[in-house]
Amino acid sequence: MVSTTTQAKRTAITVTVDGTSYTDDVEPRLLFVNYLREVLGLTGTNIGCDTSNCGACTILVDGRSAKSCTMLAVQADGAEVTTIQGVGNGDLHPVQKAFHEKHGLQCGYCTPGMICSAMSLLSQNASPTEEEIRAGLEGNLCRCTGYQNIVEAVAQAANEMNGANR
Amino acid sequence: MTAIEDRPETQIGKATLRKEDARLITGQTRWTDNITLPGMLHAAILRSPMAHAKITNLDVSGAKDSANVIEVYTGADLADDYGALPCAWPVTPDMVNPPHMALAVDEVNYVGDAVAVVLARDKASAVDALEAIDVDYEPLEAVVDMAAAAKDGAARVHEDTQSNISYVWPFSNGDVDAAFDQAEHVVQRRFINQRLIPMAIEPRSVVVEPQAASGELTLYSSTQIPHILRLMLALTVGIPEQKIRVVAPDVGGGFGSKLNVYAEEVLLTAIAMRLGRPIKWTATRSEDIQATIHGRDQIQDISIAADADGRIRGLKVKLLADMGAYLQLVTPGVPILGALMFPAIYKMDAYEFECTGVFTNKTPTDAYRGAGRPEATFAIERIVDELAAELDMDPMELRKRNWIAHEEFPYDTITGLTYDSGNYEAATAKAMDLFDYDGLRQEQQQRRDSGDSVQLGIGISTFTEMCGLAPSRVLGSLDYGAGGWEAATVRVLPSGKVEVVTGSSPHGQGHVTAWSQIAADYLGVPFDDIDVLHGDTKISPMGLDTYGSRSLVVGGIALKRACDKVVEKAKTFAAHMLEASEDDLDFEAGTFSVKGDKEKSTTIQDIALAVFAGHDYPEGVELDLTSNMVFDPENFSFPHGTHLCATEVDTETGWVSIRKYVCVDDIGNVINPMIVEGQVHGGLAQGIAQAMWEGVEFDDDGNLLTSSLIDYTLPTAVDMPTFITDRTETPATSNDLGVKGVGEAGTIASTPAVVNAVVDALRPRGVTDVLMPMTPKNVWAAMAAADAGQQTRVTDPTGAGAAIADDAARPEGGQQ
Repeated sequence: MVSTTTQAKRTAITVTVDGTSYTDDVEPRLLFVNYLREVLGLTGTNIGCDTSNCGACTILVDGRSAKSCTMLAVQADGAEVTTIQGVGNGDLHPVQKAFHEKHGLQCGYCTPGMICSAMSLLSQNASPTEEEIRAGLEGNLCRCTGYQNIVEAVAQAANEMNGANR
Repeated sequence: MTAIEDRPETQIGKATLRKEDARLITGQTRWTDNITLPGMLHAAILRSPMAHAKITNLDVSGAKDSANVIEVYTGADLADDYGALPCAWPVTPDMVNPPHMALAVDEVNYVGDAVAVVLARDKASAVDALEAIDVDYEPLEAVVDMAAAAKDGAARVHEDTQSNISYVWPFSNGDVDAAFDQAEHVVQRRFINQRLIPMAIEPRSVVVEPQAASGELTLYSSTQIPHILRLMLALTVGIPEQKIRVVAPDVGGGFGSKLNVYAEEVLLTAIAMRLGRPIKWTATRSEDIQATIHGRDQIQDISIAADADGRIRGLKVKLLADMGAYLQLVTPGVPILGALMFPAIYKMDAYEFECTGVFTNKTPTDAYRGAGRPEATFAIERIVDELAAELDMDPMELRKRNWIAHEEFPYDTITGLTYDSGNYEAATAKAMDLFDYDGLRQEQQQRRDSGDSVQLGIGISTFTEMCGLAPSRVLGSLDYGAGGWEAATVRVLPSGKVEVVTGSSPHGQGHVTAWSQIAADYLGVPFDDIDVLHGDTKISPMGLDTYGSRSLVVGGIALKRACDKVVEKAKTFAAHMLEASEDDLDFEAGTFSVKGDKEKSTTIQDIALAVFAGHDYPEGVELDLTSNMVFDPENFSFPHGTHLCATEVDTETGWVSIRKYVCVDDIGNVINPMIVEGQVHGGLAQGIAQAMWEGVEFDDDGNLLTSSLIDYTLPTAVDMPTFITDRTETPATSNDLGVKGVGEAGTIASTPAVVNAVVDALRPRGVTDVLMPMTPKNVWAAMAAADAGQQTRVTDPTGAGAAIADDAARPEGGQQ
């Protein structure tokens, strides 16, 4: 949450988000997800809980998935961050495309976090088994899909990315 | 119009990818919490930490002095600004409905009841200021146990009521006494259908934008029901209806929990009218868990009477249904929706039902995916398995002997419903085949014979539900406060593109795609040329919104008929343009042509342009193709299906794992099989979660113990099995498209299939029930009780509601 309170001591951070560098003075208590949503206006990243369980706010920090509600904005100083709004670099990333093609989303609220988690998983394990995909997404809750199509989407994305890398 | 099967290149029936996805997978979303308006204030709400207490002192002066705070209000401050929150379903004339104010005034009645609201320039300041509010609570006895609360002389939730009973709703048909007296077998059980949290991943959020000068107000809310909400806000806050615009932007799941009129919607509306400034409130997850409705929560006493050959003679159901502290929009009606469905797919001579709605100091309950029908399906499908065990008969064989045969449709049920169509035989045969029922039964026997520590169980659920809520006259006969029609408008724009307006308000179901498919076929225009507008009362002024698997079955039919009307109107212009008689025109795939002279033709797009121009058209004809349609169904629809679950139960640890889950649903004709399968998957996940993992718990003081996603365990990708799903298609005869609805099917059907499977695994050692959620602890407790020679749960031999036993052994989970 962004506070207009002036008494809190602010800290300067510089962070690159989706390819753009930003410098801001932030309150020490400001969560990074609130920095993204309220300071930068990047509302593609969602908040679904207050206990770091749901994973809706998952982003990529220096290429690895992170729940942006478990990070303070000050911890992002110097980091290279990618949100759902930057994952495709102007095009659709194979994971985004696969979520569409395999019907891996319904309401779409968990989807930004789910896609970022899946990208992180595939960057560490290019050919995950079904069980590995399920384990890799355990930190992301979806209430709509029952996960089956999400798992299939991640498998399809892995195939496509492996094909492209060959 | 030609029949669906005869059309070339139809969209209907195709697994077309969703139009909705493009924004959702790229983060270009419009959730309510994304909205920021100039001068917007942020609201934070102080909530009661006590389940039941008098407010003896409430001092907000400290909060008013806090940094960036603009205003602080208590319930007393706003007492004249709004009426009580609405309950639209007075199920009996004498139903007790204590006023439920958006902010509590003298007394709090559940943990999470709102006490005061802070408006500040930013959310952090608003939340900070909550700390500076002083409240003194004088604790009152918390009424937590529903069965105890229903008894005479119990401590009361609401002081000025006679008891904690809100209503008693009876129903009976046939000679129940004779059926039970004559039957050779009577099986009686008490089932606990535990309290659940719907838990849409998007927490609720409200933004209001007033225009002081005109007295107008726009309310954005993560709601399923913008139209109902608009009317209710007008009635509750006293703003003329035409000055209120309600917008449901992107809504991140609902499952019934956003089918309500919530305190925060009324509160923010009233405050915005006072302050003349935009305000936003977004729930934290913990707040959402406390202050968004819960679901289920019934104690079900059910008995079934049958002959020795298995023929069911009668059924008696006595429910206690936990209302929570107050009646929300349709709280009392939820178990009544179930009342009609306990007999399910079975024929019987007599049926008796009674539901008692009980107040407790807990979060109100209301509609959660299935709303009354999952509870009914659970109880009937569980007791049919118990009857099979009593008769020593295969549970599927028992079902076959009692279900309505395909040739008996349409069938008038004992509850007075007319099931228009169904084919339980076909769905069951397909499911048994996919499941390898006989093979698994063999393996089960082997494991029993060898004394394997991991036992195999097979669970069946042959369910039906009533969907497509609803015929307005029927809702009227059930004392519901509104009708069940739905509206659609179709506009063909001058360029030939099409705008469809629907009164249904989606939140993940994919209406934009499915409605485009319907309009594409019935207008004969390309799928990509169609846009679907919804969820804004200014754009879609008429509608009754999305719940009860009604959108396609009611709203989809309105759309189809609106398309037909456009074609009818266009035909007049086509005849004029082609210089032919209307009777001599064919219409196919968007083109009118003269019979016998296909070359002489014009398209619906050409006609739209000609109508727009208006340069040459027949005398006396309205210069417009736009068509409105309201569809009010004559009957409900009755999807059905056969769900089969195999579970492995580790008898040493109580650990349950789902080995195989097969379902064959019959939802009639299908518009988009991909969307249908997604709905089934998600429904299954929620129904299985009730059986396996989820349950709200309160302590004796009414503290909500499952108050975060740490404690209330939603299933993850690791927990869920891979489902095997298939369909049979027995079209509904009650609507033009032959569709039945699919949103709730998986949830309604799956819970008893899983519990039946676990009980089946453990039945040889004497287990007759396992409390949900079937955690290792609950499974272990059921085994231990059976080993000790006790029936799993004490049943009340009298079956009398007043004598409902509260001394039943109640292990972890479920109702406290």
